[in-house]
Amino acid sequence: MKILKLFLLAIVAACLAFPVSAFAKPVTINWWHAMRSARGKVVDKMIQDFNESQSDYHVVGTFKGNYDETMNAGVAAFRAKKQPHILQVFEVGTQTMMLSGAVYPVHKLMKDAGYEIDWSNYLQAVLSYYMNSDGDLMSMPFNSSTPIMYYNVDQFKKAGIAPLSKTDPITWDELGEITKKLVDSGAAPYGMVTAWQSWTQIENYSAIHNLAFASKANGYEGLDCELQINNPKVIAHIERLKNWTQDKRFMYGGQKYQGPKSEFIAQNAAVYIDSISGIAKLQKAVNDFTWDAAPLPVESWMKKPQNSIIGGASLWVLQGHTKEEYKGVAAFLKFLANNEMQEYWHKQTGYFPITLNAYEDLKSKGYYEENPLQTVGINQLNRATPTKISRGLRLGYFVQIRNIINEELELVWNGNKTPKEALDSAVSRSNEQLRTFEKTYK
Amino acid sequence: MIKRAFFKSKFLPYLLILPQIVITLTFFYWPALQGIIQSTLLSDPFGRQSKFVWFYNYIALFTDPLYLKSIFTTLVFSLAVAAVSLFFGLFIATMANRALQATAVVRTMLIWPYAVAPAISGIMWLFLLHPSYGVVALGIKKWFGVNWNPVLNGTDAMVMIIMASAWKQISYNFVFFMAGLQAIPKSLIEAAAMDGASPFRRFVTITLPLLSPTFFFLSVMNIIYSFFETFGIIHTITQGGPGGATNILVYKVYQDGFVGLNLGSSAAQSVVLMSLIILITALQFKFVEKKVQYTG
Repeated sequence: MKILKLFLLAIVAACLAFPVSAFAKPVTINWWHAMRSARGKVVDKMIQDFNESQSDYHVVGTFKGNYDETMNAGVAAFRAKKQPHILQVFEVGTQTMMLSGAVYPVHKLMKDAGYEIDWSNYLQAVLSYYMNSDGDLMSMPFNSSTPIMYYNVDQFKKAGIAPLSKTDPITWDELGEITKKLVDSGAAPYGMVTAWQSWTQIENYSAIHNLAFASKANGYEGLDCELQINNPKVIAHIERLKNWTQDKRFMYGGQKYQGPKSEFIAQNAAVYIDSISGIAKLQKAVNDFTWDAAPLPVESWMKKPQNSIIGGASLWVLQGHTKEEYKGVAAFLKFLANNEMQEYWHKQTGYFPITLNAYEDLKSKGYYEENPLQTVGINQLNRATPTKISRGLRLGYFVQIRNIINEELELVWNGNKTPKEALDSAVSRSNEQLRTFEKTYK
Repeated sequence: MIKRAFFKSKFLPYLLILPQIVITLTFFYWPALQGIIQSTLLSDPFGRQSKFVWFYNYIALFTDPLYLKSIFTTLVFSLAVAAVSLFFGLFIATMANRALQATAVVRTMLIWPYAVAPAISGIMWLFLLHPSYGVVALGIKKWFGVNWNPVLNGTDAMVMIIMASAWKQISYNFVFFMAGLQAIPKSLIEAAAMDGASPFRRFVTITLPLLSPTFFFLSVMNIIYSFFETFGIIHTITQGGPGGATNILVYKVYQDGFVGLNLGSSAAQSVVLMSLIILITALQFKFVEKKVQYTG
C-alpha cells in the first residue's frame, strides 16, 4: 500500500512540476481548399512540411470540392459559426469576400502577428488583383495563372511558318496571316481555338490593351460601376474572330478548356489559347507532335502592351477565431510564401511563384533555361507595371457576368447576333446584375 | 356487414400520424417557407446584411426576357422528354410483354438504365455525342455529312439533352407499363380477338384505356423528373449553353444561387418553379384525370 501511495504522489508531483501546457496539443488551423487529385497531394505535402517544421500549430487541410463548392461550404460554415481559419476562394469571388465583413484582411493579420512583409517583393500583377482601393492586400494569392498561346510546331513547319518568339508578342494581324496560311496550305483543318473565352478574349484582351472592362477603374473604386466592353476596340476584336470563323481560321470549342484542348490535341486547330496550367496538361497528353508557347497576340497599334491578368484563387482568412490561432495562420501563410514552398508549388503545378525572390532564385538555378515554356507567362505578366485598368477586375456577381458574356459570345459564333448587338446586350444585362449587387450592399 | 375498428382514445390517431406530420413540416414546409421569405430579401451570402425589398426579385425576373425564355425552354424540354420516354417505354413494354422466352432476363436488362445516375448518363452521352471527342458524333459528321455541333448549335444541344434525359426515364416508364399490361385480363383481349379486332385495334380500344391510370401517373412523374432531376444531365452536358439554349429553370436556380450566390433571385426562382409545378400537376389532375378509367 505504501508503495502505491508513493507512486501516486510521484505522479501528482510530476504533473505539478511540468505544467499542463507542455503537454497541450498544438493549436489546430483549418484550411478548406479546392485542390483535387495531383494538386491536392502537393497541398498536403506543403501542409505536412509546415507541421513538421514547428510544434505550436497543426494545419489541417480539407478538400471541399471545386471552387463553387468550396466557397459555398465556407459561406454555410460561417453562417453556422463553424468556419475554417483559411478559405480558398476563386478570383471571381473576390468582391463578394471583400464586402462580406467576414474576413480578416491579410495585410492586417500579418502586421498584428508581428511580421514585416515586404509586399514589393511580390509579383505586382498578382497582388493587385487582391488589393482594396487603398492598395492593402486583402487575401493571400495562392494559385495564379495567366493565359498564353500554344501552337503546333509541326503544323507551323508544314505551312512554312517560322516558330514564334517567347518574349515578343506577335500582332493579331500576323496571327490572321498565320492562321490563313495554316488553313490554306492544308497544314491544319482550323487555325485557332480558345479556352475560357471571356477570360482570354475579353478580360485579358482589355487588360493587355489598357481598355477599361468596367467604369470606376474596373470596379475597384465603387460599386456603382458599369461594364464597358462594348467599346469599338473590343467589338472589332470579336468581329474579327467572327470573320475568321467563316474561313476556318477560328473555331469555337466550348466555354471551358476541355473542348478546345481536345481540338488542339487532335490537331484540328494549330493555335490554342489557354492558361499556363495547360503546360502540364499538354506535356502529359501530347505525344505525336511538338508544340510550343508564345505570349498572347497584341494589336499593332499597341506599342507597349500591358500585363495580362491572372486567374486562379487566393486564401482568405475568416473572422471569429482566437488571437493564438491567428498567429498560427500568419505563420503558415508566411511559410507558404518562402522560396522553397513557392518553387515546389510552381514546379509541381505550373502556377506562378508569387514572390520575386522565388522567381529570381529559380532563375539563378537555371530553371527557366531548362524550362523555357515557363518564361512565357511570367514575362507577359511582368512586362509592365499594372495600370488602374490592367491590375484586375472587381465586380459583384462576376460569375453571372462571365456567364452572360459566354452566352452572348456563343450567340455571335452561331450567327444569331452581330458582335455589337451581343456586346451591347452583355453590357446591359451585366449592369442589371451590378445594380442588384450594389443594392444588396448599400 | 363491414367490420370497422374504432380508436377509443381521441388522441391516438393524431399521435400515430405525428411523425409523418413532423417530417413533412420540417423537411418540406419549413424550407419552402424559408425560400419564400428569402425571395423577398436582398442579402449577402454571409448573411451579414439583408434587406426587405418586397417583390424586387420577382420583378427583376419577369422583366428579364431571358427568364421568360428559360420558362419556355423548360416547357419544351419537359414535354419532349415526357413524350419520348412515355412513347418508348410503352413501346418496349408492349414488345416485352409479348416475348415468351427469357422474359425475366429481358425485363431485368431493360430496367438497368434507370439505375444510372443522371450525371453519369450525361457523361456517357457526352462521350458519344460531343463534337470534338464523341464517337458517334465523329461518325455522323464523317459518314452522313451532318454538321452536328451541340457546342454551338442550340437545337443540337437541346436534342442531345432530351435524348440523354429520356433514355434514363424509358426504363422507369417501362417497369410501370409492364406491370400495368400484366394486370389487364387476358380474357378481354382474347374476346376482342375472337370478334375479329386487329392487334392494333385491340391495343387502342382495350389496352390503352385500361392503362390510363398508369399513363396518368407516369405523365405526372415524368414532368416532375424533367423539371428537377435532369439537373445532373444538363450540368454535365451543356451547362445551360450554347447561348442559354438549354438553360432550364432548375439549372438557372443553381447557377444564380449556388454558383453566383445571388440568394434572393435564386429563392424567387425556386418559388416560381414550385408554383409552376403545382399548377401543372393541378391541371393534370383536373383535366387528364377525368379521362382516366380506374376500374377495368
